[in-house]
Amino acid sequence: MEENSYKVPTMAEMAAENETPEVLFWVGCAGSFDDRYKKVTVAFVKILNKAKVKFAVLGTEESCTGDPARRAGNEFTFQMLAMSNIQVLDMYGVKKIVTACPHCFNTLKNEYPELGGNYEVLHHSEYLQQLIDEGRVRPENGETFKGKKVTFHDSCYLGRANDIYEAPRHVLEALDADLFEMKRSKVKGLCCGAGGGQMFKEPEKGNKDINIERIEEALATGADTIAVACPFCMIMMTDGLKNKEKEDSVRIYDIAELVAKANGL
Amino acid sequence: MAVLQQVFFIALLATIFWLVYRRASLIRSTILLGKSEDRTDQPGKRLSTMLRVAFGQKKMFDRPLIGVLHFAVYIGFILINIEILEIVLDGVLGTHRIFAPALGSFYVYLIGFFEILAFGVLLACVIFLIRRSIVHVDRFQPEKHREMSGWPQLDGKLILIFEIVLMLAILSMNAADSVLQEMGDPHYTQTGSFLFSQFLKPLFTGWEPDALVIYERFAWWLHIIGIFVFAIYLTYSKHLHIVLAFPNTYFARLSPKGKMNNMPEITSEVKVMIGLENQNADSVVPERFGAKDVGDLSWKNLMDAYSCTECGRCTEACPANITGKKLSPRKIMMDTRDRLEDVGRNMQANGGIFVPDDKNLIGDYILEEEILACTSCNACVQECPVLINPLDIILQLRRYKIMDEAKAPGSWNMMFQNLDTNQAPWKFSPGDRFNWADAIK
Repeated sequence: MEENSYKVPTMAEMAAENETPEVLFWVGCAGSFDDRYKKVTVAFVKILNKAKVKFAVLGTEESCTGDPARRAGNEFTFQMLAMSNIQVLDMYGVKKIVTACPHCFNTLKNEYPELGGNYEVLHHSEYLQQLIDEGRVRPENGETFKGKKVTFHDSCYLGRANDIYEAPRHVLEALDADLFEMKRSKVKGLCCGAGGGQMFKEPEKGNKDINIERIEEALATGADTIAVACPFCMIMMTDGLKNKEKEDSVRIYDIAELVAKANGL
Repeated sequence: MAVLQQVFFIALLATIFWLVYRRASLIRSTILLGKSEDRTDQPGKRLSTMLRVAFGQKKMFDRPLIGVLHFAVYIGFILINIEILEIVLDGVLGTHRIFAPALGSFYVYLIGFFEILAFGVLLACVIFLIRRSIVHVDRFQPEKHREMSGWPQLDGKLILIFEIVLMLAILSMNAADSVLQEMGDPHYTQTGSFLFSQFLKPLFTGWEPDALVIYERFAWWLHIIGIFVFAIYLTYSKHLHIVLAFPNTYFARLSPKGKMNNMPEITSEVKVMIGLENQNADSVVPERFGAKDVGDLSWKNLMDAYSCTECGRCTEACPANITGKKLSPRKIMMDTRDRLEDVGRNMQANGGIFVPDDKNLIGDYILEEEILACTSCNACVQECPVLINPLDIILQLRRYKIMDEAKAPGSWNMMFQNLDTNQAPWKFSPGDRFNWADAIK
């Protein structure tokens, strides 16, 4: 597929042509603005194109879901953002949403209904698993992960918050990689240190930063690839890796990037 | 003499009931200081949660060895109540082993079964005491966890010693009883030797019958008075979990852990702001946003505090605590309970009404630094064996700091400002939100 042949339709464009997408891809703030995570957004869009999914994004009509405001204690800002997002989503008649950010996922899925926003919300790990299971995406024509050592860092907002542990692991297994679990994983997984608004402030005084503790655990598995499924985890783990000066020997990828690589996208 | 004992026993029993009732009422009234919250939906799911987690001790078996030991103490306590019923009936009626004649030869098996339980409790309590005192399990050490110094440390050990003494009393009482039976004392019903206590009989060989009777009576009274004292003690202690674990798991949150409670009092104001609703003259502005003191929390948060047995599994899993920050979810629960106890004493001293005392949960018990360190990762919630939710309290205290006192770290204020003006937590123009697509379009 040519680089310039990917389509990224917006809801507005679709509406203008009287069409409705199968699914709305909710990009999220990190996916829109963070240079590293923009690559994940692009990778996921390539996969959606390859799988011939009829999708759309909100583009500039999207706003933060309000998760960091709510968790930092600012309910007012949260509800302002949530209500206007719900207005936009309902205006377009959105039924199904997929997002790569577990924080957006959690808020859209669990917290918007009480404010009147009811949608079927999927995290991209669940969606990728579906696409792979349906055979719409299969690892071929790209990088092979056979025999590569991969460890998966569970995000709290995907795992403990919403009980999704298996979907990202199924995706990794489909790539034929060797999955090594960290000492603390799944329900016992250790936070990357960014949730609850911590991403946007200095940590409180302690002996160590949480992301350092976590990257040490990830490195202890001997894996050369650390897979994540959350922009916050990506940022925190990457910082940790730099701190350990391991960025040349170990790589951090979102599961969508790994699937895209396997497909030669 | 026997009648005197009966009168004394009945008076003692009544006093204990009265004292426990008074404490329970006080605890109940402090819990009810909390805000109302409906936790009565989905009774079937609630019941099955309680059966699994409280009755079945599911989460205790996350650590199998401790799970088995804890189960021994738990099942011992529940089933030994049948024997306590016999003891109480004997005490009230002046009889001895009132169940023996009715149960016939089965009686010796029943007591044998109770002795297995008693021995299990004894063994588990000895191992737990060693763990606390000699092996130095990290989460119980006051040197590493400031909330564990003083009373919590003593409380944890006292109860174990208590239980060991109670079990030794019942086993040695049974041994002395068997020896008296063999001597043919008419008062001591012939039942045959009991499973465990028969091995203690050599301790009593060569004793005069009178001395044996005195010892048997001493152990009987020690056991039953011990249980009575225990009943009162636990209302002051972390061991209240043996009662509250059941309602606490029944009323536990059923929604996904990631869901934060909504603040409906904000919703109408926001609807007016974005033009979805007209200003309503009747709308009441709540006197406070978030939680400053225990009365601002929900009754369930407060029941959580009384249900906490300070095991520290939450703190052991807390990423902030692991990396040396001041936050300890266990301390959040203990502080909430301490505050409730202070409020309870205040109410007792003022005829059942709380008189403001210039203190608050946040500031006087829990520090701002603690609640700011939480990543809301839910590890503490995941770990709790009785489904306590420390995170819920932390987030409500945060709301108070941010919304009511408008006291946030500078970088959070920046983030709020960015969200208000740019609809993103970072300072990027909303118009640039779709620029990422330029790379592939």
